[in-house]
Amino acid sequence: MTAFAMAREARRPRHPAGGVRPRRRGAGLHGLARRFVQVVFVVWAAFTGAFLALYRMPSDPVTLMLAQRSGGPNVVVDPAQEAALRVEYGFDQPLWRQYGTLLGRALRGDLGTSVQTGQPVRELLTDALPQTAQLTAAALLVAMPLGMAVPIASAHSRRRRIRGMLDALPAAGVSIPSFWLGILLLQALSFHWALLPATGNAGLRSLVLPAITLGLPAAAVIAQVLGRGLRSDLGSAYVELARARGASQSRIVFRHVLRNAALPALTVAGLLVANLFGGAVIVETVFARAGLGQVTVAAVTNEDLPVLLGLVVLAAMIYAVLSLLVEALYPLLDPRVRRDSGEVSRRTSGTRTQEAA
Amino acid sequence: MSRPVRRRPRTGAALAAVVTAAVVVLAACSSGHARSQSVGGSAAGPSRQGGTLRYALFYSPTCLDPQQAGEGPDLGVVESLTAQNPNTGAVVASLAASWEVRGDATSFTFHLRPNVTFSDGSALTSTVVAQNLNAIRRLGATASHAGAYLAALTSVDTPDPRTVTITFNRPNAQFLQATATPALAIESAASLARPAGERCAGKIVGTGPFVVDSYTPNQQIVIKRRAGYAWAPSSAGHQGPARLDQVRIAIVTNETTRTGSLLSHQFDVISNVTPQDEPRVRAGGFSVLSRTDPGVVLSLWPNEKRPTLANRDIRVAISRAIDRQDIIATLYTPQYKPATSVLSSTTPGYTDLGRDLARDPASARALLDAAGWKPGPDGIRVRGGQRLTLDVIFGLPRSLELIQQQLHAVGVDLRLRQLSISELQAQFAAGNYDFFLGNSARADPDVLRTLFAGFTITGASADPLTAALNGQAASVDTAVRNRDAAIAQRLLVTDAHDIPITELAEVVAASDKVHDLRFNANASLNFYDAWLS
Repeated sequence: MTAFAMAREARRPRHPAGGVRPRRRGAGLHGLARRFVQVVFVVWAAFTGAFLALYRMPSDPVTLMLAQRSGGPNVVVDPAQEAALRVEYGFDQPLWRQYGTLLGRALRGDLGTSVQTGQPVRELLTDALPQTAQLTAAALLVAMPLGMAVPIASAHSRRRRIRGMLDALPAAGVSIPSFWLGILLLQALSFHWALLPATGNAGLRSLVLPAITLGLPAAAVIAQVLGRGLRSDLGSAYVELARARGASQSRIVFRHVLRNAALPALTVAGLLVANLFGGAVIVETVFARAGLGQVTVAAVTNEDLPVLLGLVVLAAMIYAVLSLLVEALYPLLDPRVRRDSGEVSRRTSGTRTQEAA
Repeated sequence: MSRPVRRRPRTGAALAAVVTAAVVVLAACSSGHARSQSVGGSAAGPSRQGGTLRYALFYSPTCLDPQQAGEGPDLGVVESLTAQNPNTGAVVASLAASWEVRGDATSFTFHLRPNVTFSDGSALTSTVVAQNLNAIRRLGATASHAGAYLAALTSVDTPDPRTVTITFNRPNAQFLQATATPALAIESAASLARPAGERCAGKIVGTGPFVVDSYTPNQQIVIKRRAGYAWAPSSAGHQGPARLDQVRIAIVTNETTRTGSLLSHQFDVISNVTPQDEPRVRAGGFSVLSRTDPGVVLSLWPNEKRPTLANRDIRVAISRAIDRQDIIATLYTPQYKPATSVLSSTTPGYTDLGRDLARDPASARALLDAAGWKPGPDGIRVRGGQRLTLDVIFGLPRSLELIQQQLHAVGVDLRLRQLSISELQAQFAAGNYDFFLGNSARADPDVLRTLFAGFTITGASADPLTAALNGQAASVDTAVRNRDAAIAQRLLVTDAHDIPITELAEVVAASDKVHDLRFNANASLNFYDAWLS
């Protein structure tokens, strides 16, 4: 989803039929159970969809493993050895039986073993997850303050030229490929000035460059969404009213406009966290950091089906948990969601004007 | 030793090159003091004990247990019964102090060196060796190389704690060299008792000069020196414990990061220096070391079940149309050599057939003309309305665009079909190709037999070739083996059953602090002798 699409989505009024909607007070436990069932359904659907896509593909992790272990892509693999291994991993079974076995195991928390390394998939993922979570958290620490500071500074600025420059920054930031940014940062801050280590997972210093690489484009997205909200709201009637009553620019920005404009930006930030996990693939490769990104690259290259399936399930779980979190944050940030208690949210510009008045 | 996917110039590299150019202003400021360094170490004075060598490996090994995977780096954790001298190719004593081979190469008796212990304290005995060989056989299909090395094994006997006799039901001369490979490394009994997956994850115990300290998949492997190690093979540069305290092997798959980290001294040694990075590395004052991979060189293997390629003259014409020197000059660096035989020059039993592999487009055209393939309107030859179009299947493109141009010059249309590895093997097994681009690594001439036994060889050279390949497999006499291997290479080259192209190499770069860094016979890096000044 592009930044703009995400922003549009976030700004749309919510309906009871779908999306984020206000929770009924008193229906907490029931609601929670329903949400849990939804999460389970999402994860099951991801598992099944991924299984169908992956296991029906003409892929062959066994051949790849044998080729890899005996010296790369240009070798000849023994067909008998290949067939024996296929039986060992159960790839010779009919699809429905493989699905049943895998689902049964997955329900018990067993995601199988990697064809390439022979390691349990769950172990592979739980070892890598904290590393990537750390990187994502650090990237968010870069993205959130920066993504908010630039549009706020622009809203405060009286000089047109400075405002124009600040408004152009997010667009530039969004269009920077993270691979390029990573290499650029490496060249300058690690290879040339040797301020920070280029590779590895050891210590906070190794986290700085990857976090900036991952965080900058995310900051740009947040800044775009927030900047748009700020600009449109600054021209609205309630701002005119507040200004007519003598409110200062910073009071207008912080007390009135920011609270309105922050909501879509926060929704986007929630989605961005999930996107950051995806971005980790490139960043972890450039900075040679262990993590889910590296696991993904290896699994895709080697067509390691059990690991890929595990990754999809993990991604579905992360998305489900994040959307639950974002939803839980709504009532905390928007009093209207709290107050509505079940009614359709009346988030239109008309209500905003009334509120401000 | 060979590696998994080797990264060659691609779009990523092109992008990296652009970026590098963009920040060349920064890079240009860095000092470019050129120093020539002797990796032999003598120029740097006596060797020094201690220190941590930081090494960047270009791929993430899938399994650290050499019994299961032949592709991992040599960690120096496990050793084999014998060792192979990288300079002479001779098999020398290692865990076995001596051995006897029965005249018909069906039985091998090894006498173990006394007082050798595993790093877990247990002793090396003939029982442990027998357990290892049985365990490797039990690994079955997951042991990539070991299966072929132990084919036709009938029994492993241990008449006394220091003697082990291995018997085969047919001549198996290659077995002696096989005992020098990591695939037949000897692990402790406790190590063998672990599940295969755990051993892949670094839980291996051997007799070597290093022990695995820690392993984080996709990130790093740390090996530490083992005190009390005192049984280095005679092919090593010194005796006693390793000189380095520790080697930190970081996995850095991105080549720009790898090269940049070396140039900024964040690593002492990096692996897989690409041809385009070599000049930068040299200009930065680092030395570039290389070792040609042993075994069958990068070659085109014709599918002789296809009528066109069953014709010897067509195959020979194609071989003569290829300019091997031009490929090196255009795409590689002097670390790589044009193929001068089916085997690479570092393989025992290699024979120089460079003259048969010289470029000769005139004779290529004459052969094609004589076979009835005449130049068509677009330059591609035609016979009976059929164009001379041949395809080549491969997993990783190497010099193929250039070969395509060279063949086009004599009127052959080569189509490149890049396939995923699994698809590649399926197409190969189905015989659905004209050429297969491949190589096969091993420091023993028997690699010819194991490889070409699987191919259809047509024409007059088929029988003499089989005889020569079986001959080298059945003799314990190196002179006889080399003679038969030479006959086989000559037959393969003159009748173009194999069209050799390039000798691939392992290329590493090291800072001038690093001394006595060596390669094993299988072209893997060896840290045992290395030291830091």
